[in-house]
Amino acid sequence: MECPVALTSTDVARLADLARIDLTVKELEQFAGELGVVLDAVAQVSAAARPDIVPTSHALNLTNVFRDDVVRPSMPLADVFAMAPAVEQDGDSTWFRVPRILGEAA
Amino acid sequence: MSSLTSLTAARLAALIRTGEVSSEEVTRAHLDQIAAVDDRVHAFLHVDTDRALEVARRVDAKRRAGAPLGPLAGVPVAVKDLFAYVGAPTTCGSRMLENWCPPYNAAVTERVLAADMVILGKTNLDEFAMGSSTETSAFGPTHNPWDLARVPGGSGGGSAAALAALEAPVALGSDTGGSIRQPAAVTGTVGIKPTYGGVSRYGAVAMASSLDQPGPCARTVLDAALLHQVIGGYDPRDATSIDAPVPDVVAAAQSPDVAGMKIGVVKEFGGEGFEPGVERRFHEAVAALAGAGAEIVEVSCPYFPLALGAYYLIMPSEVSSNMARFDAMRYGRRVGDDGTRSVEDVMRASRGAGFGAEVKRRIILGTYALSSGYYDAYYGSAQKVRTLIIQDFRAAFSTVDVLMSPSTPTTAIRIGEPLTDLMAGYKADLCTIPSNLAGIPAGSFPAGLSDNGLPVGVQVMAPVLADDRVYRVGSALEALLEPRFAPLTKEAR
Amino acid sequence: MSRDELLEFDEVVAAFDPVIGLEVHVELATLTKMFCACSTRFGAAPNSQVCPVCLGLPGSLPQVNGQAVESSIRIGLALGCSIATWCRFSRKNYFYPDMTKNYQVSQYDEPLCYDGSVEVDVDGELITVPIERAHMEEDAGKSVHVGSLTGRIEGAEYSLMDYNRGGVPLVEIVTKPVLGTGAGAPAVARAYVATLRDIVRALGVSDVRMEQGSLRCDANVSLMAKGTTTLGTRTETKNLNSLKSIEKAVRYEMCRQGAILAAGGRIKQETRHWHEDGSYTAAGRSKEEAEDYRYFPEPDLVPVAPSREWVEALRATIPAPPRERLAALREQWGFAEPEMRDVAAADAVDLVAATIAAGAAPQAARKWWMSELMRRANAAGLGLADLAITPAAVAQVQGLIDEGRLNDKVAREVIDAVLAGEGTPREIVDARGLAVILDTSALQAAVDAQIAGHPDVAERIRAGKTQAVGVLIGAVMKQLGGQADAASVRALILATLEG
Repeated sequence: MECPVALTSTDVARLADLARIDLTVKELEQFAGELGVVLDAVAQVSAAARPDIVPTSHALNLTNVFRDDVVRPSMPLADVFAMAPAVEQDGDSTWFRVPRILGEAA
Repeated sequence: MSSLTSLTAARLAALIRTGEVSSEEVTRAHLDQIAAVDDRVHAFLHVDTDRALEVARRVDAKRRAGAPLGPLAGVPVAVKDLFAYVGAPTTCGSRMLENWCPPYNAAVTERVLAADMVILGKTNLDEFAMGSSTETSAFGPTHNPWDLARVPGGSGGGSAAALAALEAPVALGSDTGGSIRQPAAVTGTVGIKPTYGGVSRYGAVAMASSLDQPGPCARTVLDAALLHQVIGGYDPRDATSIDAPVPDVVAAAQSPDVAGMKIGVVKEFGGEGFEPGVERRFHEAVAALAGAGAEIVEVSCPYFPLALGAYYLIMPSEVSSNMARFDAMRYGRRVGDDGTRSVEDVMRASRGAGFGAEVKRRIILGTYALSSGYYDAYYGSAQKVRTLIIQDFRAAFSTVDVLMSPSTPTTAIRIGEPLTDLMAGYKADLCTIPSNLAGIPAGSFPAGLSDNGLPVGVQVMAPVLADDRVYRVGSALEALLEPRFAPLTKEAR
Repeated sequence: MSRDELLEFDEVVAAFDPVIGLEVHVELATLTKMFCACSTRFGAAPNSQVCPVCLGLPGSLPQVNGQAVESSIRIGLALGCSIATWCRFSRKNYFYPDMTKNYQVSQYDEPLCYDGSVEVDVDGELITVPIERAHMEEDAGKSVHVGSLTGRIEGAEYSLMDYNRGGVPLVEIVTKPVLGTGAGAPAVARAYVATLRDIVRALGVSDVRMEQGSLRCDANVSLMAKGTTTLGTRTETKNLNSLKSIEKAVRYEMCRQGAILAAGGRIKQETRHWHEDGSYTAAGRSKEEAEDYRYFPEPDLVPVAPSREWVEALRATIPAPPRERLAALREQWGFAEPEMRDVAAADAVDLVAATIAAGAAPQAARKWWMSELMRRANAAGLGLADLAITPAAVAQVQGLIDEGRLNDKVAREVIDAVLAGEGTPREIVDARGLAVILDTSALQAAVDAQIAGHPDVAERIRAGKTQAVGVLIGAVMKQLGGQADAASVRALILATLEG
């Protein structure tokens, strides 16, 4: 299978956007170079992956691990919001407060 | 009696059970040692002094009341700072979680507490366990007690260094590509990665979920086994937990008998890139086992050289997804929320500021490997190589009982040592990665010192759920090879 | 308001073949969430039903709700799907503040249920809607937008997140493209969702209430120029909160796309939102590039591999499709086709059945629900099921009529009193003294009095002009304040005059 092995800083910028991380220009350039090296090194992986090989997503052979549909107590509200960067309260209602949303849900 | 901090966990537990020493004395001795050396070693990110002494006193009261005590009751333990422990910060070595205190306990934390063990504090690690030197911790590197200018390995360098510096008798680690075994090797300690699913991952902050496995770190094989027994076993909160009894690792750790055992030496792990001193110690260890009656054969695992590449596709892919929750909306450090910026901008800024370079690098790499159009070439191919690695192990274990290799290609590198390239650093986990990909148990055991006077570790790998074989060979090595101690600990013993 | 150019619907279907596809999300009525043991109860205080797992705290791990898997398989079976022998959960990666982990645990290329079909009755014509897949996933949290005029996300200063809904089990049911429906496309879309709702409701695995969001629908619409076979560019319309809005939105999109194509334009592939207030669709905020969800198998969970035995045991629990059940009930109740169709269209099948089960005759049960009660529901802007009267109460009213204790007029009064919350029909009849006069002597006295008061009418009846009896009945009823059974009065008058 063909793999492109050179990444430009534009590619890295697009990936950083997908991953929601601000990167500096210096980081963009540095990562582009470094990731190119990694991709070079992993090229042999793609080469070894013949079509007839069944991929393994998990070393375990377990299936059908289920939980019973029985309610257990949820967390106390104090614990829910203990670590929250911003909350808003109105009477008995408390929410996580987040900045205005630009994008669309999936 | 020699210094309490140089005793094994098994011995300390026996002394506490019989009342010869109190858990409080033992705990205090370790807290004193931490106070004496940790400004130089920096194994701990958080020392839980008051609570440790409180728990120790409670165990002592329990003993006085005649209550039965478990095999490690009253023994102090250091906990890698990615296991949730209520009442203390769980930082994962990251600015992102600098002040995060979890509202729940990890399964392994619960189990050591239930076993009446005394948690001393949280140990340093590479940020979110991503690294092989503990240098990527946002809170500064840990120093190797054998040479403070060198790294203690990683990601669990804090736990390994704490053991080598006699700050704790046992410690908890987690191993995704070698994070228990590689630090054990370069600090002259014992580290075991159990069978995947053998120890619950619940409450262990995930790096790469299909590879992560908590496990024990210790200075002796028996101590590791005792801790393994405490933390191991089925936990319904982890869907990948195996519902089967823990293999009898404690009995195996007390059976240093390898006569008639068939030991395979992995042909692919040696030669170029391996430090000659490491290879010499490895071959001596194998020879010693042969002398004790083991049958030694060379085994070829042709796909092992591809394991590192497959790992550096699978691991970052899972990392990119596991790290997504750190967006500073519900917890974690929020940056740039000035009331005008959008949620998207604030997430970007918080993640940009909260994550260090190695975490960002792996997230970017994983995002790429999973992205549409590249999935088959990268993630998909790596999953196929994973199949090939498992087939290699299966073939090998059809002819031998265990496999052996050096744990690491080299001894500890210097802190801040510039790498020729990124992959050179990643190669520290070359020998440890295949067992993570296959989910099999593996351990690293001390095998003396390299030419530079630094510790060397040898690795023992066994089939799934045959963790006891790892301990059996480990205890034989322990009996056959001369023990070595870090120079830093001379004053304490 | 919309400023879209619209082509007349007739012109659209003359020039184009519409292709529709529907994605329906059904919230399962399990007690706990998909991957944790938090309650799914609707209406709790914000963030009171969350735990480390559904709040996405570091280190937490999901556990699959076995009941949710079972309900999903039953939905698949009821839709005629094949059930996968082995399938996995996958992570769908995207950042959005209503997703605590910033990935949704869903299924990707290995859905639990696949390749089914639903027979949909559209005005008596059966249309087969092919089902592509039905898969399991978790719901997202809810947000409240603060600072904008209408509570909309546009122009909001900030948003408030409630994660109670986060992690509630969903089944997403996706049709294959439905072709060849022509002018019927909007009706087919509506009828499909209504049928799907009935099928799922009959399984008892979801409330399927569109207004509460336990059934949500997105509609894909595209147009294909007549005589061609290549599918056109589609749009996906979200925010369809009622069956009516599905029909209207599909029709609107056909007309909007028709106008663009007729003018030589191109359709933009986009997500649109239905605006109920103005009955139009509008484009969502466009994304710079297509989302890349980077699906991969969820490493925290093991595969689901339903055994043959399990699937067959569940298959035995699947009720007959609502359409077949309707046919059987029609036969049993002796309704005419149009009568049954009206009952079904009014969502009254279960109400009528329950009324019959409580003792009422089928036609009587039907008449109460489809006339008197329908009129009251319409006046109040409610559905029949939302009226404050139970099928048992309706049956009781009918029972009082059958006993001769109520006539139709008084019965209507009793119904109104029940709806006003005054009690059961019997209680109301007793409290108000509404029962018809059964005391024969009192009736006889009134009959005698009115015969005496209308000697000319009595004479005509005696002469055989029995239709004149109505005058006497009216007079007797008037004397008794309406509290008599007209049929009994009639019989008594005739008997008295003959005697």
